[in-house]
Amino acid sequence: MKSDIILSGVGGQGILSIAAVVGMAALENHLYLKQAEVHGMSQRGGAVQSHLRISEREIASDLIPEGRADIIISVEPMESLRYLPWLSESGWLVTNTTPFVNITDYPDMKELLAEIEKLPHHIAINADDIARQVKSPRSSNMVMLGAASPFLDIPYQSLENGIKKIFERKGEKIVQLNIDALKAGRDFSEVHKKL
Amino acid sequence: MEKLLLLGAEAIAQGAIDGGMSGVYAYPGTPSTEITEYVQHNKIALERKLHSQWSANEKTAMEAGLGMSYAGKRAMVCMKHVGLNVAADAFINSAITGVNGGLIVAVADDPSMHSSQNEQDSRFFGKFAMIPIFEPASQQEAYDMTYEAFELSEKLKIPIMMRITTRLAHSRAGIETRPLKQENKLKYPEDPVQFVLLPSNARKRYKGLLGLQSLMEQEADRSSFNTYYPARNKSLGIIACGIAFNYLMENYPERKFPHPVLQLGQYPLPFSKVEKIVNECEQVLVLEDGYPLVEEMLKGYLDKNSKIKGRLDGTIPRDGELNPDIVAKALGKEVKFGMKVPDIVANRPPELCAGCSHRDIYNALNETMKEFGKQKVFSDIGCYTLGALPPWNSINSCVDMGASITMAKGAADAGVHPAIAVIGDSTFTHSGMTALLDCVYENTPVTVIISDNGTTGMTGGQASHATGRLEEICIGLGVKPEHVRVLTPLPKYHDEMVNVLREEMLYEGVSVVIPRRECIQTLARSKKDVKVKVEEVVK
Ligand SMILES: Cc1ncc(C[n+]2csc(CCOP(=O)(O)OP(=O)(O)O)c2C)c(N)n1
Repeated sequence: MKSDIILSGVGGQGILSIAAVVGMAALENHLYLKQAEVHGMSQRGGAVQSHLRISEREIASDLIPEGRADIIISVEPMESLRYLPWLSESGWLVTNTTPFVNITDYPDMKELLAEIEKLPHHIAINADDIARQVKSPRSSNMVMLGAASPFLDIPYQSLENGIKKIFERKGEKIVQLNIDALKAGRDFSEVHKKL
Repeated sequence: MEKLLLLGAEAIAQGAIDGGMSGVYAYPGTPSTEITEYVQHNKIALERKLHSQWSANEKTAMEAGLGMSYAGKRAMVCMKHVGLNVAADAFINSAITGVNGGLIVAVADDPSMHSSQNEQDSRFFGKFAMIPIFEPASQQEAYDMTYEAFELSEKLKIPIMMRITTRLAHSRAGIETRPLKQENKLKYPEDPVQFVLLPSNARKRYKGLLGLQSLMEQEADRSSFNTYYPARNKSLGIIACGIAFNYLMENYPERKFPHPVLQLGQYPLPFSKVEKIVNECEQVLVLEDGYPLVEEMLKGYLDKNSKIKGRLDGTIPRDGELNPDIVAKALGKEVKFGMKVPDIVANRPPELCAGCSHRDIYNALNETMKEFGKQKVFSDIGCYTLGALPPWNSINSCVDMGASITMAKGAADAGVHPAIAVIGDSTFTHSGMTALLDCVYENTPVTVIISDNGTTGMTGGQASHATGRLEEICIGLGVKPEHVRVLTPLPKYHDEMVNVLREEMLYEGVSVVIPRRECIQTLARSKKDVKVKVEEVVK
């Protein structure tokens, strides 16, 4: 098995929290992992991405070659499209639909969603809304991970365990809120994925 | 054995700790910062009380590292590539003095300039200094090489360079560690004048360094980090330096190379291995994540049509970092293309954070400059460099740390008035103080704005040497106390800021304006935001 994942968003949105949970889950399953992050300049409100590769075989490159990613997980809709050159034909695009508008020429939302709809395999989810619905408004990133989980080669339970490990210092309540968010995202995709 | 999940930068730190390091000296700089930050938070490092405080700049770091080595202990100095320019005097001379305790100079290069003003390749500096260079392909190698480098350094009595690039520095993978070594005991150099580079002594020491070259080459030839992979098809041979080896492997998923491959991880070049691949193959492709150093050496100057392929003949783009696709193309392999990026996707450049104090000072500065005219503002490197972008377009230069003040001085000398410098607090103590002294010395009419957010913001909020002592420093350097003006950069004080700026610009001497308000990123962190905490855990 292997999952080549592109995480995307805007600097400050915390995409690395998703990477951290997936990383923990990969370790639990004794999988190899490489995760190229972005630090520095672009973290200041610019476009950010992370390449996350998981495999049962040793991984060579830290970067995913073009056209080979199995999934793009984006916490921001416009950013999800920026990395289409990396997505394979059979790959999934899983994106939050809540825009992060910090530029003057942000595209029209309708057109943006139409571009996303064009893709054969996509999940467009309002993760911020769903996070609020499950009373965990700060956990939209975990909603996104949950929404992506059906398309990852990682047992769902391991993702929950990953959340426990990452958030345990924050106390049981925070752990549970994040697990609820993960579940809500998962449920959304189970209903909306048209295979 | 349980593996540690570490960034390449962190793997270097762990390797140094386990290898018996007594202290790290560094100034932050992407993508090298995480090496030192890792030591600052590591349990063993804390128990052992290893030195890990930040230095004022890369030169002071390099010198302090050399001092620790003088005392017989193992030290590491870390910086980004342009930091080595600042440390160059100490660095080059440390090869002449040689070391006592093992000394590693870890430099992180940034090809493609993700967060830098150039993409210079530090291996040239290593070659210039005539010292061994390690260039890891993976996080595990980064760990292993650092662990072993102290020993090689002490064996040769020479500093060792560790060179990595952005992708390795900032990519995480599982690492297996080795047994923790003891630190060295305090021990003075056997030769009391080893470090005295008076010409008569320096000549001797330099001959010694020259004499060591063949030994370094033998070490490289023997090194397990320089591996020759034989293969049948000799129409092509491939030399893959550092991380380029991973991109090469990515193109052979079965891990079998059809062509001979030389994986290069330790310099100087291992002569017999290089000679072998060049002699036995019809063409040789050189893959290096940086400048074409090896390629140039093999190609020579006159041999333009040589069989050496790489960046110089266009097989690989001349600039920018490597990736698996570039390597695939160079190998003549088919490259997949994903979908196009839709036209509606707009650029999203970095920007000053909402609520950042630099915003308020630029608003005030722009208003003041309406009276004084355009293109008179020299700036520097830090978050405030984003003031070069819309909507501010406030600054006209960003060259190297500290250059704002000295460029303003030169421009003032040429007749620009008012000549203004905008510099951050950490950049000021890095390299701005001597520049200010030049202005004081001649009472040059410059207005220096030190935008003080109490931290080294751009690199993630490290402590700043300037905190709590900026006014004293400026007055101590000779700026008149009445021309050291402290402001609070907030929208409600906009008019006051404009007035003070105007007054100081009209003053025919050196003035320093210090807008002071805490960085909102460090402020948020001290408020213990959950999201930020998670990022810390991940870091
Ligand atoms: C010689 C050199 N060393 C380090 C860096 C990396 N670097 C760029 S900006 C910066 C921090 C600047 O901090 P400060 O001047 O306080 O400004 P702030 O980012 O907080 O606004 C650093 C360390 C560099 N570009 N050049």
